[in-house]
Amino acid sequence: MSTTAIVLERDYHHDRPRGWQRWLFSTNHKDIGTLYLTFAMTMLFLGGASAMVVRAELFMPGLQLVDPDLYNNLITNHALIMIFGAVMPAAAGMANWMIPLMIGAPDMALPRMNNLSFWLLPAAALLMFLSFVVPFFPGGGSQINTGWTLYPPLSLQVGMSMDFLVFSLHLLGISSVLASINIIVTLLNMRAPGMTLMKMPIFCWAWLVTAFLLILVIPVLAGGITMLLFDRHFGTTFFTAAGGGDPVLFQHLFWFFGHPEVYILLLPAFGILAHVIPTFARKPLFGYKVIVGAMLGIAAIGMLVWAHHQYTIGMSMAAVTYFMVGTILISIPVGLIVFSYIATMWRGAMTFETPMLFAVGILIMFTFGGLSGIMLAVVPADMQYHDSMFVVAHFHYVLLPGALFGLYAGVFYWLPKWTGHMYDERLGKLFFWFNVIGFNVTFFPQHFLGLAGMPRRIADYNAMFAEFNMISSIGAFVFGLSHLLLLYIVVKTVRGGVAATDQVWEGAKGLEWQQPSPPPFHSWTKAPEIA
Amino acid sequence: MMRISGTPVAALAAATLSASPAAQAAFGLNLPPPASVGAQQIFDIHMMTLSVATVLMIVVLAAVVYSVVTFRKDRGYQADQHFHTSRLASWSWIAVPILVLGVDFAIAGSAKRVLASLWNVPHGDMLDVKITGHQWWWEFDYLADGVKVESRFTPQDQAGNLYLRDVDNRLVLPTHTPIRFLHTSADVLHAFWVPELGFKKDAIPGYVTETWTTIEKEGVFRGQCAELCGTWHARMPLVVEAVSPERFDAWLAERKAHITALAAQDSADRQWARDELVTRGQPEYNTYCAACHQPGGEGMPPAFPALKGSAIVKGPFEQHLRRVLHGVPGTAMQSFAHLSDAQIAAIVTYERAVFNEMDESIQPAMVRAAR
Amino acid sequence: MSRAQDGYYIPGPSHWPLVATTSVFGILAGIALGINDIPAGFYFVAAGLLMFAVLLFGWFGDVARESLSGYYNPRVDRSFRQGMFWFIASEVFFFLAFFGSLYYLRNISLDWLGGAGYLGTTNQLLYPDYDAQWPTSGPGEVGGKFTPMEAMGIPALNTLILLSSGATITWAHWGLKLERRSQLIWGLVATVALGLTFVVLQAWEYREAYQHLNLTLRSGVYGSTFYMLTGFHGFHVTMGAIMLLSILARSLRGHFTPKNHFAFEAVAWYWHFVDVVWLGLFVFVYWL
Ligand code: HEA
Ligand code: HEA
Ligand code: CUA
Ligand SMILES: [Cu+2]
Repeated sequence: MSTTAIVLERDYHHDRPRGWQRWLFSTNHKDIGTLYLTFAMTMLFLGGASAMVVRAELFMPGLQLVDPDLYNNLITNHALIMIFGAVMPAAAGMANWMIPLMIGAPDMALPRMNNLSFWLLPAAALLMFLSFVVPFFPGGGSQINTGWTLYPPLSLQVGMSMDFLVFSLHLLGISSVLASINIIVTLLNMRAPGMTLMKMPIFCWAWLVTAFLLILVIPVLAGGITMLLFDRHFGTTFFTAAGGGDPVLFQHLFWFFGHPEVYILLLPAFGILAHVIPTFARKPLFGYKVIVGAMLGIAAIGMLVWAHHQYTIGMSMAAVTYFMVGTILISIPVGLIVFSYIATMWRGAMTFETPMLFAVGILIMFTFGGLSGIMLAVVPADMQYHDSMFVVAHFHYVLLPGALFGLYAGVFYWLPKWTGHMYDERLGKLFFWFNVIGFNVTFFPQHFLGLAGMPRRIADYNAMFAEFNMISSIGAFVFGLSHLLLLYIVVKTVRGGVAATDQVWEGAKGLEWQQPSPPPFHSWTKAPEIA
Repeated sequence: MMRISGTPVAALAAATLSASPAAQAAFGLNLPPPASVGAQQIFDIHMMTLSVATVLMIVVLAAVVYSVVTFRKDRGYQADQHFHTSRLASWSWIAVPILVLGVDFAIAGSAKRVLASLWNVPHGDMLDVKITGHQWWWEFDYLADGVKVESRFTPQDQAGNLYLRDVDNRLVLPTHTPIRFLHTSADVLHAFWVPELGFKKDAIPGYVTETWTTIEKEGVFRGQCAELCGTWHARMPLVVEAVSPERFDAWLAERKAHITALAAQDSADRQWARDELVTRGQPEYNTYCAACHQPGGEGMPPAFPALKGSAIVKGPFEQHLRRVLHGVPGTAMQSFAHLSDAQIAAIVTYERAVFNEMDESIQPAMVRAAR
Repeated sequence: MSRAQDGYYIPGPSHWPLVATTSVFGILAGIALGINDIPAGFYFVAAGLLMFAVLLFGWFGDVARESLSGYYNPRVDRSFRQGMFWFIASEVFFFLAFFGSLYYLRNISLDWLGGAGYLGTTNQLLYPDYDAQWPTSGPGEVGGKFTPMEAMGIPALNTLILLSSGATITWAHWGLKLERRSQLIWGLVATVALGLTFVVLQAWEYREAYQHLNLTLRSGVYGSTFYMLTGFHGFHVTMGAIMLLSILARSLRGHFTPKNHFAFEAVAWYWHFVDVVWLGLFVFVYWL
């Protein structure tokens, strides 16, 4: 035991840095988790603010606020900030906070690297910010008007901003790969004795699958944008027909990453639901094994269907048929998960605190988005939907309920554990209703816009699209403002409030609830016994 | 509208809309009525999946709502702690997939049938129309007859409430004739999309993608470029005018005559007066250059440099000609070598006259020399 | 039961990650400026690289010290191994992106340009007199005519060199396990030497290609894929060689024990990975 003693000594002595050092040099999973979550919140507001400008521009026909290049520059940043800046870091932050608590580990397996994975993010954000502002300086070149998909040849025309963006994406990629490595190692190597893989909480499983996906697909994106960089500056012709290249090659590389990416956004949030629903239904999760299997299935199929984003590039009938069938089959694992969650509520004794409200809302709204996904997957019909506002409606219906709202549920569910204070339930419920109503008013009308023939990524449109765009914009402003309420609730809870018990929720089960709220600086210095 | 009113979604949609009945007239809630057999098939499968999705949505919604109202603690409901080990649990993992798989195959199966009938271009003689996307206009090339049509959006003041849905020259097509479209692009990705024709296809620089259709009814069908292609992506409307084969042939003949006339006028080796060049130059400039460099020549820096008082209009005209003939690689400024000597001469003279009060006249002969 | 838990070493606060981000940011921002010919970029890159060098010594210095002071129990060691394993996995997929592109350009889009396959009309309409044969620089003959690289000759030789370097490092590993110090040292020296020879030969091959074969980065897709794949591989070999040097230095200081030598194994795995990638290159880029 003597060596043990020494190590713990050392921990306790210089592991309690005060002031700014605590955050900058941290090797503590909770502090790093907090950093991630704060960063994500900031980015949510930046990405959201750009969306607000986008909606304001689309409020009426004509060009009022921004010129077309700035408009598309904004949607590019909106998408990248939301996906890489808000959703992924928020999920990573919760992984950092909760995984060691859930599996009875003292910390993440590689604490120093953990800190690096976070601090790469601000650097990436700075590069992305530069890519946004550079064009406004003399000699700064043209703006990034390509959308987040960065398709060449358009992305070959863009000025130097594109290079900053490419490098920003490289950093974001490195950051998530390092974080994924850390999470996988922690889950495989740091579980308390007796916690077998099949006893592991679903949130951990969700993150295990997500981390695998990240490690497999992020490098492919890195490769693709590297080729883009070389085509731009060093005379290679990967994406230029004259040299024997093909612009479509980039699309394959991008979507080989891009489609799994959407499940990378989805799975952690769905993992959270697997904790929220049993807690507030006061009965065990229905179909644990099935859910684990389904998540693996989603990852597996998800890796093989990327080209459903490219039905219109001119693929052979065999190819489109393959991608169509594969894509539609994803409804099986996802359907299983939705089914298991409903079955978990079935015959439970439910109460509806804010996290549970979100869970219920998600089941309905995500299913809706998923079903419009199935419509998109049908090749002949997608000949009409593709690149129309219908697609925009689809992916916000899956991205927000499927990812963002799941994370909101997680925030309200774990905030008492993190801070030791209960949040204001009344305000929480208010936020939920604001949010859900605003969301649906914003994105439901966009289905009609798409079907009526409005393409996406246009800043100016014909009067025939006016009414629904106006409704959508009004919804968006309500939705946007509702987030100010979120910010207020979170800050208020951090500053103080009714003290939370260790278990916090009546129905909460699992190791994380055996630790005090807030947990001590070092969680589980002695491994818990698993029943 | 008729077809859709069957489904609950439509009801919902109508409800949303009834707020502004005026809209209903202007405004599709659904894909516009198809104008070709293929489009009809696509419309039908769209309605099919839409209804399947609606039904599934109602099933899920019902299950969720029922449990939310029934299984509540405040109703003193006791949670069933063994539900997750019930028979349902031990069979759901196989039962649910089988049900879902059934629906999936139903959808995929009928989709495959539609594909089989319209994905591949049938053999046999067809009217070949090559459609080339440019930043930011369309070029329609009736290959067999050597007729080229350039189609650009009409500015707001002329287009009125058809703004961004109207063009100067339409894509005229015959009805009841199998047509093969050959899509390609001169610069970046664009996409051909006219909802009434039922399909969308990307225009990929350096590659040619194919689609085909047989238009069933006469009329004017409007669409837009559907792939982000840069600044004026929103300003690439597509307007198809479907006419009877007879009127189509008449139209073709008229175009041919027009082209030969112009060619004759331009090729005639004569000195042009400066005013003649400038007057001819203005419309040409507005057609070919104004989209980027703006009618006033102030451009849209940094993307599109200004011409007004720029080095190019001040500098020697040979340089100016070279720029117009060869373009600037890697930028939106492509080569305009495909224009006639007279056109280029007129444009350059106009630019130098208007943006630099320069008193010189660039003759077509000079352009030919510079080529 | 709870013993396994304690003694898992959790390092104290460290400023190295922050240094790392700053240096990487400097390098990338610098390159971004540089390739858009803004001279200031150069200084960013220089500063970044300098910082990075300091970082490597600092960070890995810390790790070495901790390892020597016996803070790392077997479980920590396992974390490191698994971490390295998954890192290499991600590297594999990075290379797969380029191999995949090679396959796509060579077997799919080339058919279309040549008039075969689903988009065959491309050829009739745009390149009527282009006969698509790999190696190609495309219908536009971008970069002019060129001679492809011969598989036999330097590449074959390089294959031998890398394979034998794989053998020598394994030999060194045995030396370490059996506490035969000289075998460990000389095994490593040989591996480093072979690695560097490989890099030199590769550089020489590039010179040949540029001067005599007119095969450059600009020679259409053949040039693009050839230089991207071999270039990134060469870069990894160089990295590997540097890592080898560092563990050589540590072996000389006697840092490694038969049981505890994660750093050595990590580098060895990396080296084998680089080795395997080369075999792929030799077959798909040079040979077929
Ligand atoms: C979290 C993100 C997320 C998720 C989960 C999904 C889920 C799905 N998506 Fe979506 N998608 C996006 C994010 C997401 N998508 C984004 C961002 C884009 C646009 C990118 C861009 O172009 O910018 C996009 C675009 C997109 C396209 C391309 C459209 C186009 O550009 O033309 C397609 C086409 O197939 C598609 C399909 C699907 C399908 C089939 C699913 C399935 O996984 C859905 C499965 C779920 C269900 C089916 C509902 C629940 C199941 C049941 C209730 C069981 C019963 C169901 C049946 C029997 C069918 N998506
Ligand atoms: C997780 C990802 C994510 C999230 C969360 C969102 C959130 C939102 N998005 Fe989304 N969006 C994408 C991913 C996402 N989006 C992607 C991938 C695209 C495709 C881009 C492309 O085509 O390349 C896209 C594109 C896109 C478009 C289409 C643009 C076009 O094609 O022309 C629109 C338009 O309505 C839109 C709107 C919104 C809105 C209103 C929100 C709202 O949820 C935002 C919520 C609002 C806030 C968080 C604001 C916070 C509060 C303040 C800033 C205070 C001030 C408030 C007011 C002044 C009212 N987005
Ligand atoms: Cu052309 Cu968009
Ligand atoms: Cu997808």
